[in-house]
Amino acid sequence: MKRYFIISIFLYFCCAFPSHGGEFDAKRHKMVEEVLIDVVANEGLTLSPSVMAAMEKVERHRFVPGWLAAFAYLNRPLPIGYGQTISQPAIVALMTDLLKVKAGDNVLEIGTGSGYQAAVLAEIVKSVYSIEIIEPLEKQAAERLKSLGYRNVKVKVSDGYYGWPEAAPFDAIVVTAAASHVPPPLIKQLKSGGRMVIPLGAHFMTQYLMLVEKHADGSVTSRQIVPVGFVPLTGGH
Amino acid sequence: MPVLRPPFIAIGLLSACVLAYEVLLTRLFSIVLWHHFAYMIISAAMLGYGASGTALTLLKEKIAPHVGAVYLIAATGMAFLMPAAFLLAQQVPFNPLELMWDKTQLAKLLAVYLLMMLPFFCGGLGIGLVMWHFGREAGRIYAFDILGAGVGSLGVIGMLFLVPPPKVLIILTAAGLLAVAIATIELKTGPKWLTKAFFGLALLVAVVLPADWLQVHSSPYKDLSQTLNIGGAQVVEERSSPLGQITVAENTRIPFRHAPGMSLNATDEPPPQLGVFVDGDGPAVITRFDGKLAPLAYLDQLTSALPYHVLERPNVLVLGAGTGSDVLQALYHSAASIDAVELDRNVIDLVRQRFHDFAGDLYTRPGVHVHEGEARGFVNTSHDRYDLIQVALLDSFGVASAGLYGLSESYLYTVEALQTYLSRLRPDGMLAITRWLTLPPRDTLKLFATAVAALERNGVSNPGARLVMIRGWKTVTLLVKNSDFTAQEIVAIKEFSRTRSFDVAYYPGMRPDEANRYNLLAQSYFYEGAVALLGSQRQDFLDRYKFYIEPATDDRPYFFRFFKWDAAAELFALREQGGIALLDWSYPLLVATLVQAFAASILLILAPLAVSRCRRMLPSAWAVLYFLSIGLAFMFMEIAFIQKFVLFLAHPLYAVAVVLCAFLIFAAAGSWLAGRGRRGATNSRNVTLAVMVLGALALLYLAILPSLFQALIHLPDAAKIAISVGLIAPLAVCMGVPFPTGMMRLACTAQDAIPWAWAINGFASVVGAVLATLLAIHLGFAAVILLAVLIYGLACIALRNL
Repeated sequence: MKRYFIISIFLYFCCAFPSHGGEFDAKRHKMVEEVLIDVVANEGLTLSPSVMAAMEKVERHRFVPGWLAAFAYLNRPLPIGYGQTISQPAIVALMTDLLKVKAGDNVLEIGTGSGYQAAVLAEIVKSVYSIEIIEPLEKQAAERLKSLGYRNVKVKVSDGYYGWPEAAPFDAIVVTAAASHVPPPLIKQLKSGGRMVIPLGAHFMTQYLMLVEKHADGSVTSRQIVPVGFVPLTGGH
Repeated sequence: MPVLRPPFIAIGLLSACVLAYEVLLTRLFSIVLWHHFAYMIISAAMLGYGASGTALTLLKEKIAPHVGAVYLIAATGMAFLMPAAFLLAQQVPFNPLELMWDKTQLAKLLAVYLLMMLPFFCGGLGIGLVMWHFGREAGRIYAFDILGAGVGSLGVIGMLFLVPPPKVLIILTAAGLLAVAIATIELKTGPKWLTKAFFGLALLVAVVLPADWLQVHSSPYKDLSQTLNIGGAQVVEERSSPLGQITVAENTRIPFRHAPGMSLNATDEPPPQLGVFVDGDGPAVITRFDGKLAPLAYLDQLTSALPYHVLERPNVLVLGAGTGSDVLQALYHSAASIDAVELDRNVIDLVRQRFHDFAGDLYTRPGVHVHEGEARGFVNTSHDRYDLIQVALLDSFGVASAGLYGLSESYLYTVEALQTYLSRLRPDGMLAITRWLTLPPRDTLKLFATAVAALERNGVSNPGARLVMIRGWKTVTLLVKNSDFTAQEIVAIKEFSRTRSFDVAYYPGMRPDEANRYNLLAQSYFYEGAVALLGSQRQDFLDRYKFYIEPATDDRPYFFRFFKWDAAAELFALREQGGIALLDWSYPLLVATLVQAFAASILLILAPLAVSRCRRMLPSAWAVLYFLSIGLAFMFMEIAFIQKFVLFLAHPLYAVAVVLCAFLIFAAAGSWLAGRGRRGATNSRNVTLAVMVLGALALLYLAILPSLFQALIHLPDAAKIAISVGLIAPLAVCMGVPFPTGMMRLACTAQDAIPWAWAINGFASVVGAVLATLLAIHLGFAAVILLAVLIYGLACIALRNL
């Protein structure tokens, strides 16, 4: 009797907590909707269909520590260990969009972290080269991306300052590691017409995003984008 | 067993431990978390003191027959809980950065509070118990209590100079055990072996326990923790002082390469560097220098290099020299002479001695003079004139952008400070201040407004002709000149900015279309702000701007406060989009601290008493008002006068140590005097007299201190300390009178109400400390002093009716 009881309890749990696939899909869909609303609330900012599709597809719950999977589809950053975080989905979406990447592009990422940003990029572009400075994180991310079937992402542990010269030039570069300045080698490895995005601020709190654009003549300009629909002045001038 | 006389020495030592522990926790939590969370946690923990009064009231019938034993248990509890509570609190995975995202963080914060409250509860219980039992001797007990507090606060600062914080915690534990041993003798309680056992235990803890027994785990999100996570990083030096724990890290595999906001056009890589972290925040860097200037070319690619393209071989004064980046920059640009001022001796020693070779004799080179001292104080007392005064970018980007500085008083960026700097410049000299770029603009526009105000106060009719501001993608540099900028200088400024893709944000005669070219913002915030601040609509602009950017003054030295309630509501609503990142955190944290102090007081102090059967024995409303008033007013006076003396003593630490210690020791003297009189001394005349004298003194000081300080600022430190103590002494003696007089009055009329009064006073002290800062932010320290005098007046009225 007791044995049947245990088996039935086990079966109940199997049914109550299925593989999570359906449940997570619905949550993810809701998250993408929220992200879109958040981003377009800012004047001049949008999300392209390809970015939306990538956000819809990448399973964020597989990129966070198991005990945080339930929170994976909230529009918030989460800790991933080693003092690092997985960025807020809205920020990931916006950064990806600012890069204006296309199907055939070659992209470099500095700061792999969980690998989530690389996966989102990999859904859109041809190849992603990602560098992580913290060894255990690199190992986890590489294994994770491999197990999820991202064959177009290469990850290595290294000093991101010098970029990935063997794979250069890049159509786009995303730097998620904190740096006091933009490493000149990275600007060099950016193609003419290429774009680089860097978030600035503290952990859990992105202040603004910097978009660096390299023009055809090799000159470089930047754009500072506050990802919040907040105007510092009220009333008429 | 009946006890005969109060354990005066044990009370003094216990009180010293409590105060020292409080100061030490500020250091420890600043290393583990960030300064303002330290402040918040300790304010809450101090309420344990007040809660002890509640416990005494509720349990006094049970305690009465065992006063000696209960005292010993409480004091022993305090001794052991000092390290234990901190160790346990470290096990709570509280991450303040996630507070807005994750609601469970609040529960974790509460757990930290409750743990940290325990030692203060035990300490308060011990002292409150003695105060109650020997109520008629309250004058002398209180004298030992605050004398101990004074010695404790001074002693812990001294200890922090000598040993790292964890070792200080061990010493305090030993001192706590020693206080128990002394109490067994004074109270004639317990067997003789108990005394020996506690002496032995104290000795054992002090001598045998190694400093590394107690590990301090910093938040993984602090800059140092992040750095040490990188392969190849190692700590090569650690120094500790009350100013902060300094850690030097090296990574030969993946170098530091600190060049904040370097031009996107630059191709130079900084030479090898050592990262220097203060309380885990940073880094500042020591850059390898072998006498060759070529590897320093990157220093010409920062916005802070601008003044060197306008001035020819200037005489430079660097304020906040730190580990020397700005000194190197001056050297690179062939400055004729360099004076550098740095507050922390440990930082100077790192460059001058420990890493002397690596830094290439930077601080001992001919032409470079390094002065240990506070920047404002140095400028105040210096007679030299400079071509360039460079205010270095001291705070780290992460901490600055997280808005964690709003509560720190800073006398570096006030209107009066800028006036002082300008007065030390040669006729064509200039002041250069570099800040991090925050968006939407906050500190840079506030700085611009401050410069405009300083120039106007100096009688300059057209301040706009003397101001230039440029911005890169991460830093902003403001130039304030002692005369109008010339056309030639403007050309040089534009050329400097153009070649580095920096934007000119303001120069006299600038056209709107010149703004916002290389680093594009949604709007020309900086140019438009600068123009508005120079125009006739300035006040309107300041009012409408969603961040608080009115200039800071010496009376309200809160440069880093940008918080406005309206904007906060809007940003909070936008938190999911990342609005929280734009919020100036420290102000709401201060308000939260005040609210939690009130809530906790009601919960811990008032509610248990109100529902218990003891309420029949509660004192009158007048007694409540009396002890509440004197608790608040004492803290207001103490905190405001510490700030008033900071500029005079030219060192925040000396000011806190000297002023706090003088206040407590002379208040102890006043308390002793109050207790000496005949029993009639418990009447209200003493208090009225004391309040009248202190009121008159406080008002007199408000009127004369600024000019007195100005006249005496050139005296040597020892003289200035003596003068400060002399000024505080009469004030503090008067402030020592009200508390014991009230206690002695209760001892005659309602002894059972003493613990309750003790609780009220403990609560008022905590709330008073927080409230004083909040009031100073809005009204200024002068107003806080005035308010304190008024509250003391209220106390007089209450005492007449007590």
